[in-house]
Amino acid sequence: MSAADPVIRIRGLRNQFGDQVVHENLDLDVQRGEIIGVVGGSGSGKSVLLRSIIGLGHPAAGSIRLFGEEVTTMSEARRTLVERRCGVLFQNGALFSSLTVAENVSVALTEHHDLDTSIVNRLALLKIALAGLPLDAADKFPSQLSGGMVKRAALARSLALDPDILFLDEPTAGLDPIGAAAFDQLILTLRDSLGLTVFLITHDLDTLYTICDRVAVLAQKRILVADSLDVVETFDEAWIRQYFQGPRGRAASRAVNLPFAPPPAGR
Amino acid sequence: MSETGNASIAESGGPIVASGDWTLEHIGHLAALCESLKRRVGADTRVDAARLGRIDTAGASFLLDLADKDPARIDVADDATRKLIAAVARAGNAPAAKSRRKDAGFLASVANIGAALEGFWDNTVALIGFIGLILSAFSRNALLPRRWRMTSTISHIEQTGLNALPIVALLCFLVGAVVAFLGATVLKEFGASLFTVELVGYSFLREFGVLLTAIMVAGRSGSAFTAQIGSMKAREEIDAIRTLGLEPVDVLVMPRVIALLVSMPILTLVGMLAGIIGGAAVCVLTLDISPLMFVTRLHETTTVRHFWVGMSKAPIFAFLIAAIGCLEGFKVSGSAESVGSHTTSSVVQSIFVVILIDALAAIFFMEINL
Repeated sequence: MSAADPVIRIRGLRNQFGDQVVHENLDLDVQRGEIIGVVGGSGSGKSVLLRSIIGLGHPAAGSIRLFGEEVTTMSEARRTLVERRCGVLFQNGALFSSLTVAENVSVALTEHHDLDTSIVNRLALLKIALAGLPLDAADKFPSQLSGGMVKRAALARSLALDPDILFLDEPTAGLDPIGAAAFDQLILTLRDSLGLTVFLITHDLDTLYTICDRVAVLAQKRILVADSLDVVETFDEAWIRQYFQGPRGRAASRAVNLPFAPPPAGR
Repeated sequence: MSETGNASIAESGGPIVASGDWTLEHIGHLAALCESLKRRVGADTRVDAARLGRIDTAGASFLLDLADKDPARIDVADDATRKLIAAVARAGNAPAAKSRRKDAGFLASVANIGAALEGFWDNTVALIGFIGLILSAFSRNALLPRRWRMTSTISHIEQTGLNALPIVALLCFLVGAVVAFLGATVLKEFGASLFTVELVGYSFLREFGVLLTAIMVAGRSGSAFTAQIGSMKAREEIDAIRTLGLEPVDVLVMPRVIALLVSMPILTLVGMLAGIIGGAAVCVLTLDISPLMFVTRLHETTTVRHFWVGMSKAPIFAFLIAAIGCLEGFKVSGSAESVGSHTTSSVVQSIFVVILIDALAAIFFMEINL
């Protein structure tokens, strides 16, 4: 594949559970090196979309290409190779509770590579530091960490194999505003320095405004629009208007555009 | 395909030239390489990484080793690599972590024995305290029918009693058959095969019926209590119950204790009957004792006090199994592993206590000639 090809390319995706159709004819492209934010109401199937892409869900129809390879029909062996290029941060961290943070990060390293313990330790600590955790957190168990530290530890684990794409499911949910802002900056720094592509599910409007290159809106069972924020904001659809023109959306927009933007129109 | 990363010093005092892919796949080789080159690195040796292939954080970490952790001393071709190396340098090239190995010396093993004894003592005190809590909750709620949690209790009776009936009956049937076989083999030598009937009757009415049931219930329901309450504890549900102004012992423990108090005697009765039927089956099939003869003999020789001796232990065992199961559940902390270890501990403790009490009871009943 050439550099211009999308890293993720979804066409005509259809997901359903029983009679309930979650996605219908969903299309989405994600370009290399961008941070794409996926928004949508609760229950609109954002997490289901993520699970389909990383191969944890089984779509009823449609095509999903990761790095130019079809995920839905891939053999198990190929899938393992592709999965190693994806880092996933689950909503609640999903850290292994019986392992310390350092061991959590080391799992993938020791499983996939034949490495000395000293090298594994060193790389694990490097990822922990990259994720912005103090080194004394390395020997702690997940139950001893605060919410923000759990997210960072989970981020360190998702970075363990130096993935090309990072999938983040609500990374800033449950963090205080300062912690959330720091996490946003961390993702931005990692994207810039490690050249990651970031697929981000979020409800956090500040995250959307500060770090996302493009925003994809998931509503009515498909991606209504996937574009830069100025385009998405003005897209004429009831849910999107409410989302971006509501009090929270306006506040987040003002915070980013100050002092250049005039107060939002309307009212 | 990718080319293994390499690095060399062309001339003494010249730069280290890095080439190839410095990625995780080649990291073992690169680590050895860096170790050997590091001795030849001077205070101002530069690293020429302009002809580098691919690089990731792992590779960058080792490349920084060659440059004495100073990203400014690495010459790179493109901006992306520069940023990557800078980010890794900022994160710090951390030293290898100290291992969490335990001391295994003589003193440590003595200390372990001490800790185990102390743990045993603490467990016993906690169990006695918890039994007190249950009894006080019982007396608090006994006269207030409005506070009886009938739905919950009946659901637990179904799970611990009704659903356990088949397995308890089958187990006792099989053990009854085995006891009859053993008895028949030994007693035949004395020409006293007929006494097999008493053997099966006595053993199941007095001991095996209640003991096998208790072991089954400890493994099946005691462990379930621990796992249920434990995972609630791990997810802060117990704290939520408290903040709603409810008492966890009332809400979670009482229904389970009462359910076992109801189920255990019923299961014990079924266990006794199944064991005797198992013994009877063996007698009929191999000893030429007819079913009628078996029943008559049982009726003549076995008095009802044996039944009461066995049955009197059922509620005691039920209470202890439920108390231990619930208490271990409350002891769970944070992790999934903790739920597992406390479930194991709950079953081991329950069975230990059941057998201990049974042994004491056997001596007691013997001494009072029952």
